[in-house]
Amino acid sequence: MVRFTLNGRPQALDVEAEMPLLWALRDEIGLTGTKYGCGQALCGACTVLVDGQPVRACQTPVGDLENRVVATIEGAAGRVAEAVQNAWTGLDVPQCGYCQSGQVLAAIALLSENRSPSDADIDAALAGNLCRCATYHRIRAAVHAAARALA
Amino acid sequence: MLAKFLDSTAGSPAPSRRGLLIGAAAISGGLMIGFRGGARAQGAKPAAPANPFAGYVTIGADNSVTIHSAHMDMGQGIYHGIATLVNEELRADWAQIRVEGGWGNPALFGNVNWGGAIQGTGGSTGMQSSFERYRRAGAVARQMLVNAAAAEWKVPAAEIVVERGLLRHGARQAPFGAFAARAAALPVPADVALRAPQDWIYIGKDRDVLPKFDSRAKVTGRQDFTIDVRLPGLLTAVMIHPPLFGATLKSFDAAKARTMKGVVDVVATPRGLAVVADNMWRALRAREAVTAEWDTSQAETRSSEALMAEYRALAAKPGVATAEVKGDVEKAFAGAARIVEAIYEFPYLAHAALEPMNAIARIENGRVEVWGGHQMPDIYQGIAARVAGVTPDKVTLHVMKTGGGFGRRAVIDGDVVAEAVAVSRVLGGRPVRVQWTREDDMRAGRYRPAYIHRLKAGLDAAGNIVAWQNHIVGQSILAGTPFEQGLVRNGVDLTSVEGAQHLPYAFPAMKVELTSTRVGVPVLWWRAVGSTHTAYAVEAFLDEVAAAAGKDPVQFRLALMKDHPRHAAVLRLAAEKAGWGQPLPAGRFRGIAIAESFETIVAQVAEVSVEGNLPRVHRVVCALDCGVAVNPDNIRAQMEGGIGFGLGAILKSKLTLDKGRVVEGNFDGYEVLRLDEMPRVEVHILPSSTKPTGVGEPGVPPIGPAVANAFHAASGRRIRVLPFTRPENA
Ligand code: FES
Ligand code: FES
Repeated sequence: MVRFTLNGRPQALDVEAEMPLLWALRDEIGLTGTKYGCGQALCGACTVLVDGQPVRACQTPVGDLENRVVATIEGAAGRVAEAVQNAWTGLDVPQCGYCQSGQVLAAIALLSENRSPSDADIDAALAGNLCRCATYHRIRAAVHAAARALA
Repeated sequence: MLAKFLDSTAGSPAPSRRGLLIGAAAISGGLMIGFRGGARAQGAKPAAPANPFAGYVTIGADNSVTIHSAHMDMGQGIYHGIATLVNEELRADWAQIRVEGGWGNPALFGNVNWGGAIQGTGGSTGMQSSFERYRRAGAVARQMLVNAAAAEWKVPAAEIVVERGLLRHGARQAPFGAFAARAAALPVPADVALRAPQDWIYIGKDRDVLPKFDSRAKVTGRQDFTIDVRLPGLLTAVMIHPPLFGATLKSFDAAKARTMKGVVDVVATPRGLAVVADNMWRALRAREAVTAEWDTSQAETRSSEALMAEYRALAAKPGVATAEVKGDVEKAFAGAARIVEAIYEFPYLAHAALEPMNAIARIENGRVEVWGGHQMPDIYQGIAARVAGVTPDKVTLHVMKTGGGFGRRAVIDGDVVAEAVAVSRVLGGRPVRVQWTREDDMRAGRYRPAYIHRLKAGLDAAGNIVAWQNHIVGQSILAGTPFEQGLVRNGVDLTSVEGAQHLPYAFPAMKVELTSTRVGVPVLWWRAVGSTHTAYAVEAFLDEVAAAAGKDPVQFRLALMKDHPRHAAVLRLAAEKAGWGQPLPAGRFRGIAIAESFETIVAQVAEVSVEGNLPRVHRVVCALDCGVAVNPDNIRAQMEGGIGFGLGAILKSKLTLDKGRVVEGNFDGYEVLRLDEMPRVEVHILPSSTKPTGVGEPGVPPIGPAVANAFHAASGRRIRVLPFTRPENA
């Protein structure tokens, strides 16, 4: 049994310790906002925040989560999250939308630590989050817009 | 393109746009517009509507407006586009509107651009096929609601105003739902005038007027894709596909896997083994415990290098088929003052949509349900029925939005759909999702084919082109499909040569030849299809010829475009907005390219510098003519996305065969564009009042040659073997 905090609430999970958080979230807990794109930490679709840091849920065994604080897209809340999501909708960033849970969480993590990121900061923070629809142009603009809203 | 095939098929109804009639029907307490289409009305053989309750627009007693889209949405924004068309006429409140995927009624949903007999999304036809009929559906619905209100209120229909979901007359007003049932009982108005362009309040308007209604769901994790569908007792299956294309299963041993936690069964299907479990991870773990033996005697075992060597040898010979010929080419070359020649090589490419392929099937009481990205619904309905052993009317489709697609979900054999139904059937109808892993998705075939173009141009002493020749070698996408009969003419697959023939350039003599190869690798249309390679070959080579003639690439093209003013206008706009001819910061260089695909003309100017052996693309200026711009911001988004998609492919993407095995399996080997490589993009849309044409694909073709031409300007090097990162380009 693993116990951690998920989106602000206590979560107990009785599954194999090696099961990646991605599949535990999707198939056991029923939170499907976290997406599967590669399973190998190569695409960022499964990005969640663990203790505020972006991690790839597909490569995070649930056994490692004891007492940690996990936030998924369903639990994204607060000033920074709101600024990011509003910037994203304001620019109509999503095309298919499949990568966007991960993009939004990665942007929240970046802006939580760096309130005025440069293009280079954004590149460094988000280059691991693939978007096959290539919404990158707007993602970059939306991060700047969110930063302005938070200033 | 499919229109040609369907028109040529005897007995197939091909209703003209004009002939499409709109009907209406009462549904419980509501109104439904468009319960059947023109095929029947024209007296053609009716296509039996398997789902008679599907229509274009349904208005409920609860004021809901449900639009049934003839096209599936994979991110290209067609749901938004179709809603814009309907609501331009209907004027519901946007909060009332919902868009769902329609299916099961080819008479209603048949793709107008393909002749109207079959429903499908592809060839960037969605907006063009929808422009007339969805506006008409909205107009008819509005008129019937107005007529019902007029009768009830005893006022002239012409005095009733419709705005934001309300019918109003003087002080009286009512929501749509109040009159939906009554409207459904009224006769369908024979001819409803569509609003004139100057009265449009949504078509042509930007994001500030009409933001996309699904963006919020997509940034909060609430947009459901096939991978997210939840059903009671839903199982997950992962596939074990044959290791080589054309290999078949001999035997397998799943004894150990069957004992593992959560595993339900391991079953054989015609497309491979399926490992079924209660959870994706458990299915994956069990898959590793299954061993299988395959019969590879009929399998494709060549390597990429061997294939390309064969293609080069074929390209050196005359083409097997001639796609286009004009003038006396031999004589023109013989008289040329100068000859320029080059060979361009293109690899296999995977679609690699971010949501790997999947489908869900359930069979209950003889009824089959299939959830998925149903890009060819009629065909998938038939496949599901055949695999389940029922008639098509027993099949219900649930059309899901998909996490990308780029052509991959329009596959004639219905691959993952067939797998899901087969597995469910073996399991007695239990609901099961077949979910491919990234590796399965990348290695299961259906690629943009590899091609070679052998190009030759003759110049006169003044540097004018007197002769042009292109010999294309590669697999036919249509061979072996039901479309072969109509779209492969005299040995020429139109999808192999589109973008290389009927060029906007006036060459006095020219010839385009094709040699289609037989390779056991399954291929498919990949965002922009033929133009993904033809535009690169033609536009990069034309740049070589311009350089040989000592001419400016823009002026050189414009001089050849005398008979194509629309192309010339797009090229000029891109050049002007990019500041063509004006100085750039040190180390920056420009390149230009233009391509027409699916009737949309796009020109792009890329601004690059050189980093190591590769270009860094800083800025792309894109100009296009797509007719009436229905959703300008979505057009910009599709150009931006098309540029990023195409740029990643030409810079980095390739699939390699090693003795028939696909080497790349994930995003480490198969590289795609990342955020830090995305240029700034500016999009300029030419104002137009002609019919709208598509934008989902046409942004892709010009970016490759524009970057290649800029890279040559920057480095003096021509990249003729793709992608740029290939060692031979270093
Ligand atoms: S699914 Fe985890 S990084 Fe791609
Ligand atoms: S929006 Fe489609 S993958 Fe990013």
